Amino acid sequence: MTVHVGHVSQTSEGSQEMKPRSEIVASELLREIGAVLRLSETEAAALGDLPETPEEDQTMVINMGPQHPSTHGVLRLMLELRGEEVLRCKPVIGYLHTGMEKQAEQLSYLQGGTNVTRMDYASPLSNELVFSMAVEELLGISNDIPERAQWMRMLLVELNRMASHLLFLATNGMDLGAVGMMIYGWREREEVLRFFQKVTGLRMNHNFVRPGGVAADLPAGWRDDVLRLLESIPGRLDEYDLLMTGQPIWRERLQGVGVLTPTEAVALGATGPILRSTGVEWDLRRNMPYLHYDQVEFDVLVGQYGDSFDRYAIRLNEVRESMRIVRQIVELMPSGPYRVQNKKVTPPPRARIDESMEALIHHFKIFTEGFRVPEGEVYVGIEGPRGEIGCHIVSDGSAAPYRLHIRPPSFVNLQSLPHMLRGCLIADAVAVTSSIDPILGEVDR
Amino acid sequence: MTDDAEAPEERVPTRYGCPLTQRFGQDVIYVDRQRYLDVLKATADDGYEMCLDVTAVDYLKHLERWLPDGVERHRFEVVVNLLDMKAGRRLRVNVAVPEDDPSLPTLFDLHPGTEAMEREVFDMFGISFDGHPDPSRILMPEDWDGHPLRKDYATGEIPVQFKAGNAR
Repeated sequence: MTVHVGHVSQTSEGSQEMKPRSEIVASELLREIGAVLRLSETEAAALGDLPETPEEDQTMVINMGPQHPSTHGVLRLMLELRGEEVLRCKPVIGYLHTGMEKQAEQLSYLQGGTNVTRMDYASPLSNELVFSMAVEELLGISNDIPERAQWMRMLLVELNRMASHLLFLATNGMDLGAVGMMIYGWREREEVLRFFQKVTGLRMNHNFVRPGGVAADLPAGWRDDVLRLLESIPGRLDEYDLLMTGQPIWRERLQGVGVLTPTEAVALGATGPILRSTGVEWDLRRNMPYLHYDQVEFDVLVGQYGDSFDRYAIRLNEVRESMRIVRQIVELMPSGPYRVQNKKVTPPPRARIDESMEALIHHFKIFTEGFRVPEGEVYVGIEGPRGEIGCHIVSDGSAAPYRLHIRPPSFVNLQSLPHMLRGCLIADAVAVTSSIDPILGEVDR
Repeated sequence: MTDDAEAPEERVPTRYGCPLTQRFGQDVIYVDRQRYLDVLKATADDGYEMCLDVTAVDYLKHLERWLPDGVERHRFEVVVNLLDMKAGRRLRVNVAVPEDDPSLPTLFDLHPGTEAMEREVFDMFGISFDGHPDPSRILMPEDWDGHPLRKDYATGEIPVQFKAGNAR
């Protein structure tokens, strides 16, 4: 470890790994438990989590990951076990850290979408949307975005929510031994991605939602494609119900496992299906509507017990709710321009460049320097499939963000893992980790 | 809660005794480091029950940024995003943190969910949080030197053929 004396960047602040029980102080342990469970230290001590003397230490610390298949990427869980019981857990992250927030400071606002879309690679369009909304807020054009662009964004984001939850259902099934489910979930997701490929040209990492609107109009025949999708998926969701929801083994593995209370969820900053599974009715689409979510009908699904089964059931049924929203969007989709008619933000159509000198200049300026964004600081949050995705941008008036920060829902939700795992069996650790549905790309950024 | 909305117009509007701005329709208060914990406690009592995000900005190259009158100007600014779920409102708390003593008290006891976020801020900016239960790095390796999101931390580059360094 390197410590630079007299240099501001002292980096030796201790090990990231979990210390064995015999080496920690009682107050450290009790503070962490007490703060989250909202207990005093005396009450926390009564839970019997006190560290033991080295001779009596019957616990073992094992690593799950970072290459364990059920950790959904490169998540490393350090589990402290007494027999098969998990006493403590510490997620160690950072294995996928590639400095995307630093890189964002080098990329212009037009290029920024390519960066943020790679953070949560299971719901790239939500990330692009929140970035675009934040930039539009800074530019002061958020009220000028054409109707068609708004509805297209909603269509894509809802389809993306379906794809993301289908991916969750696939991996959740796989983690719990319903291996067939993995194939089914991927199959349905692939059909959604095929539609994305038709619209955006790519299955993932679209960079399609851009500041000022979307990159291109919907292709001819999109309505039929969406309707075909909406026809094929409900029957398959019913199959999932048959395969998993009603099965005693499935229920045994999930019900009452990894319970989180509403108070804990709020204290830990958990959002999305994890918060809703505890019974807290909070969905930004309903409570603080953006785009046109106030014009469509849908239900916010909440659980009752805050366990892994509730989280599974919420996601399964959110696919159905998203389909309900998509069906309304197909009905309501207006015609018109799909990006804002502001030459400083929107590149001119390719055909105009051959005719107009001014269009050529705008095109050149936008793709070399990029457009300048007025000075300011803004935070925008939307409801992604995993919870609140926030985008905090500071602009210094230049063509690239001075600072871009994405509030990744998985990163924050992952903190609830140690509290869900307290007292679980090690086999449940897989089920609980899976039910958080973390995407390590956005955890580490 | 001390909401001086009825204060004379020429005065800067305040909330919790701190200057309040509402640019882009977003409520932002600028808090002194000394009053940071007290104000955060007041906001929690006032209904801002969830702390969504803790992050920071290094204003090294943008020190002359716009700030309301009477707000201290420092190199770092820690940004805390709060959410009131009952009233459906957000509040952003900005705290200036000086370069020579980059530290703040931790919010862990108030909002345990800030544990990982504060570790990230420490990791990326070198701002330490006094009283944090686990002040280790979170994203970078534990023996890493420096704090990558500081503005004086070079991005570094690898030579790419046929592409001059993108000098922006």
